[in-house]
Amino acid sequence: MSRLDMAGKLEILADAAKYDASCASSGAQKRDSRGGKGIGSTTASSGICHSYTPDGRCISLLKILLTNSCIFDCHYCINRKSSNVRRARFTAKEVVDLTLSFYKRNYIEGLFLSSGIIGSPDYTMEQIVEVARSLRLDHDFRGYIHLKTIPDADPMLVEAAGRFADRVSINVELPTVPGLTKLAPEKSAPRIEGAMGQMRLAIEDSKDARRRYRHAPRFATGQSTQMIVGADDGTDRDIVGRAAHLYDRFGLRRVYYSAFSPIPDASVVLPLKRPPLQRENRLYQADWLMRFYTFTPEDVAQTTDPVTGMLPLDIDPKLAWALKFREHFPVDVNRAPKEALLRVPGLGTKAVNGILSARRVRRLRLEDVGRLTVSVKKLLPFIVCEDWRPVRLTDRADLKALVAPKPVQLDLFGA
Amino acid sequence: MEVIWLEAPDDFDGWRMAARALAVRGVPPEDVLWQVGDEVTDLFAGADLTLPKGAKTLNVPKDFIELARMAVLHRDPQRFALLYGLLLRVGRDPRVMQDRADPLVRRLSVLVKAIRRDIHKMRAFVRFREMPVGNRVRYISWFEPDHHILRANAGFFVGRFANMEWSILTPDGSVHWDGDVLTEGAGASRSDIPDEDPTEKIWEAYYASIFNPSRLMTGAMLREMPKKYWKNMPETRLITGMIAGARSRELEMIERSKPKA
Repeated sequence: MSRLDMAGKLEILADAAKYDASCASSGAQKRDSRGGKGIGSTTASSGICHSYTPDGRCISLLKILLTNSCIFDCHYCINRKSSNVRRARFTAKEVVDLTLSFYKRNYIEGLFLSSGIIGSPDYTMEQIVEVARSLRLDHDFRGYIHLKTIPDADPMLVEAAGRFADRVSINVELPTVPGLTKLAPEKSAPRIEGAMGQMRLAIEDSKDARRRYRHAPRFATGQSTQMIVGADDGTDRDIVGRAAHLYDRFGLRRVYYSAFSPIPDASVVLPLKRPPLQRENRLYQADWLMRFYTFTPEDVAQTTDPVTGMLPLDIDPKLAWALKFREHFPVDVNRAPKEALLRVPGLGTKAVNGILSARRVRRLRLEDVGRLTVSVKKLLPFIVCEDWRPVRLTDRADLKALVAPKPVQLDLFGA
Repeated sequence: MEVIWLEAPDDFDGWRMAARALAVRGVPPEDVLWQVGDEVTDLFAGADLTLPKGAKTLNVPKDFIELARMAVLHRDPQRFALLYGLLLRVGRDPRVMQDRADPLVRRLSVLVKAIRRDIHKMRAFVRFREMPVGNRVRYISWFEPDHHILRANAGFFVGRFANMEWSILTPDGSVHWDGDVLTEGAGASRSDIPDEDPTEKIWEAYYASIFNPSRLMTGAMLREMPKKYWKNMPETRLITGMIAGARSRELEMIERSKPKA
């Protein structure tokens, strides 16, 4: 095998990392490089996407593996032991230099570092932590760092990762335990959740310490995870239920859903088809409803098909809920509480806040609502305002046909 | 007609001082002409901006100031007049700011939204190239913002790259940071920055490898990264080839994974 140059290694180790959907650089503690020796800043609110690839995904962080060699043999993973992909490995210093050189040119917000398991979980975790340590302590780097932690690594090492990173994550990988057992035989759901539980405590302890002592040591502000969609037979109802459990139990910032997509040299156990992107999109919408629209996991589950357990693909879950529970509509925009407004299909959180603010000043007419939303037409069957009241529109049998988007081509990627 | 001369297209303080004086005197919006810098006409005499002795102060809500500070950065030639019109209404009834469905509040909010996006995209898409200067290095960028945001956005880059020496050049002006002091300079042209930076090759290798050809969604990419930005972003020269090769790369992966007969 010929020696790989920097670009050659990067091609292998970025290719190996791209199946991890997480790319957020948000939710860090606000800081910058003034008064320091190095470079870097983070914003407390949303992160920055420095570029987009033709798959529509954002490039915010340099997302790479330290090595794609791995002692595990997870069927869905491009890096599994039995795969024939070419292997490469970065030294810690190479990753540090690459991160700084990209950051100085404003290509990235920081680093997202993961790794195949080499030697032992502890050894692998040490290598990951060393990169973050060097960036923070040798170079006073103040940009964003996201580290994958290894479930079975020594808790002291995981704690060290938390001290240098803004975010840490462990992937639960598959929505169901039988799925994990079948496709990732070396991984264990209880051990993954155990590690998440410890991380939650560490994050909360550090928040508490910072409230009391301004100079308490910094620590990661959140953790996230990822589930692969479409590799096992977990239904949308399973996935939403598992996500709700994870949010609730471990206070996760985000659950990412990654449509299983064909990988080079895939295992024969897996479906050979285009990734279910439409399904992935509906799951993100359902997730959004739980995090920002006061939907309970049960509300979302009620929009899934009773037999198949799947969310509808032709309409979004919020519209599906409204069509099923028509007795909650129409909603009076001048009187209804916030929770009721958030249930109206076509009203986003910004529009709802605009309505709540404006109606303190005067009663709203249809044209006012129109100025606060993208399209008032879709709202008509679901709202009442000063000069508008739908005529029993919600009783109509053809309501779905009136409000659902035109079925251009349901399976956008039908092969 | 009263004519107000503002020093620069993003002269918020100038607008604020003049608007306050005019509002205290109750000058209606249609009697004010706002002029920026060189676009001077000599048809009218300058307005008298001295405040009368014992004039009542004008209190406006904080969110109006925030809105105005952003809206003045827009290229819309009517921005100063629109803001002055809103100022007069806010002076009579501060609750106007809460009425987000009000046509004028809405119109100015749309301007602010465009400014926020422009500021955000500049933070995202500025690309620095390394240039040796004596025995040090300077990082230089050429960027073309839609609006007058350069000065307002400079603080972000100072905070992020406090210990680097850098310059951001735009058609209408430039900012330079030497590690201690931020200075402003004249507009520039794209040929003022280095032609290339060797690191761009490595960045392009990353860009091509992080792309997943079986998830092609060019619409989503274009929505967030419209073509007008491409010419100043080195990695975008790969896009056409990446899209063209995507389907065959995907089919090849599927083919290679099929059990051998």
